[in-house]
Amino acid sequence: MNTLPPMVPATGPAMSDAVFALTLALLLVCPLAPAGVALINAGLGRSRSTAQALLGNLALVAVAAVAFLFVGAAIAGTLPGAHAGAGFTFFAGGKPWNWLGAGSFLLRGLESANPTTQLQLLFEFLAVAMVVLIPWGSGADRLRLAGGCLTAAVLAGFVFPLAAHWVWNGGWLGQLGANFSLGAGFLDAGGAGTVHLLGGLSALAVVWVAGPRRGKFPKEGLSTAMPGHNAVYVLFGCLLALVGWLAWNAAGAILWLHAPLAELPQTAINTLLAASGALMTTFSVTRFRFGKPDASLCANGWMAGLVTSCACAARVSPIAALFIGGVAGVFTPLLVELLELALSVDDPSGAITVHGAAGLWGLVAVGIFSAAQGQLIAQLVGIAALLGLMLPLVYLLFTLLNRAVPFRADADGERIGMDLHELGGGAYPEFVIHRDESYR
Amino acid sequence: MKFAGLLVMPAGFFLTVAALVLFSDTERRAAFVFCGLAVVCLGLVVAVRGHMTERGARA
Repeated sequence: MNTLPPMVPATGPAMSDAVFALTLALLLVCPLAPAGVALINAGLGRSRSTAQALLGNLALVAVAAVAFLFVGAAIAGTLPGAHAGAGFTFFAGGKPWNWLGAGSFLLRGLESANPTTQLQLLFEFLAVAMVVLIPWGSGADRLRLAGGCLTAAVLAGFVFPLAAHWVWNGGWLGQLGANFSLGAGFLDAGGAGTVHLLGGLSALAVVWVAGPRRGKFPKEGLSTAMPGHNAVYVLFGCLLALVGWLAWNAAGAILWLHAPLAELPQTAINTLLAASGALMTTFSVTRFRFGKPDASLCANGWMAGLVTSCACAARVSPIAALFIGGVAGVFTPLLVELLELALSVDDPSGAITVHGAAGLWGLVAVGIFSAAQGQLIAQLVGIAALLGLMLPLVYLLFTLLNRAVPFRADADGERIGMDLHELGGGAYPEFVIHRDESYR
Repeated sequence: MKFAGLLVMPAGFFLTVAALVLFSDTERRAAFVFCGLAVVCLGLVVAVRGHMTERGARA
């Protein structure tokens, strides 16, 4: 194996002014997706931590944007660097393996870059905002702002850019089709793997490192139920997320698959169908199991359907999208229950299931429903890379960070709530905070 | 035990990459990729079990 200088990436077809304007407009609607996730995170947490949760969402997005500007964008390699290169490549088995981006530092040359590259970079800034919000929801009610910001910096500065380069910017996963005749290479136009699976795995790492909320798993008996404090936030967040997701998947299809405009309506319809299928099956499963449908689990199902659509919306038929979402809706409530009751994983937002497991299923489903030979193998190789490398890497990084800056608040902070502990004031000052019996 | 599981996971990933490099025919490549993915999943299961054992010991 020999290391070669950076190689120039293959570029897509030129973009007309009309397509540029449409894609830019879609990208400007995309922030509704992370906004919906932020509302869901806040609603599924406790009332005494709401202000801290929502401020944390803003702080994490800010830290992530800065970290991506200073470090991540260069690693992702979207904007060609000084040597007009897209990354560092070695040869193994007679094939090039582009494993690390070598993009422009501090976005130099952005104004003169081609329109597609500019929009791809904007997409990545929005994607990085989504990635960092996912583990924040899982660490609700005990994760400190400092800890959350550190996780955001690491994810946005190093981990996400590596995955984004591999999948989107001419990296080895995206080139599996050209180099190994595996379909069209690893397909992930909406970020089911790069954003959601990665975010879900980071959520698992955060939960492992920070531990469960105090009183969640008593020494004897079942786990304590700690329901979300505001179903309105959660369900409205789902509607908000739908709007963002429709734009997100359409923009992803244009930018990464170079889809013609005529395919965009079907992409949007598939997004809606995947979410609808998931909601209907989750509704049925929770109705069957508990006698009545569960609002927060139905919200989780809806979001899981949207996450699966990230991988498949631009590539499958409407019926297939409905089926893929429906399957996600079946396993979501069951896996949420399994994680909490059997595996002692305290994940208030359900992000490990909603983003991690549903993202993984979406990636597999694209391979199953694709007619291209070798597409399923390409998807499985991508999943092995994200699961097999990124989870250990993220867990190791978070464990080291936790030693330097403890992620979770002390017992007193958790008892009085993260709002009072970290901000000095609550989100609902007129509410009476009841004594929590689980701390006695 | 958790760290052992987390070490096994990259081994599974390298198995999938080895499948791409070593084999050109679809069947053997697919079989090796499935095996690699199975090793990744095995590592994840061991890591989860390790986490539960740690938690049980602490409680």
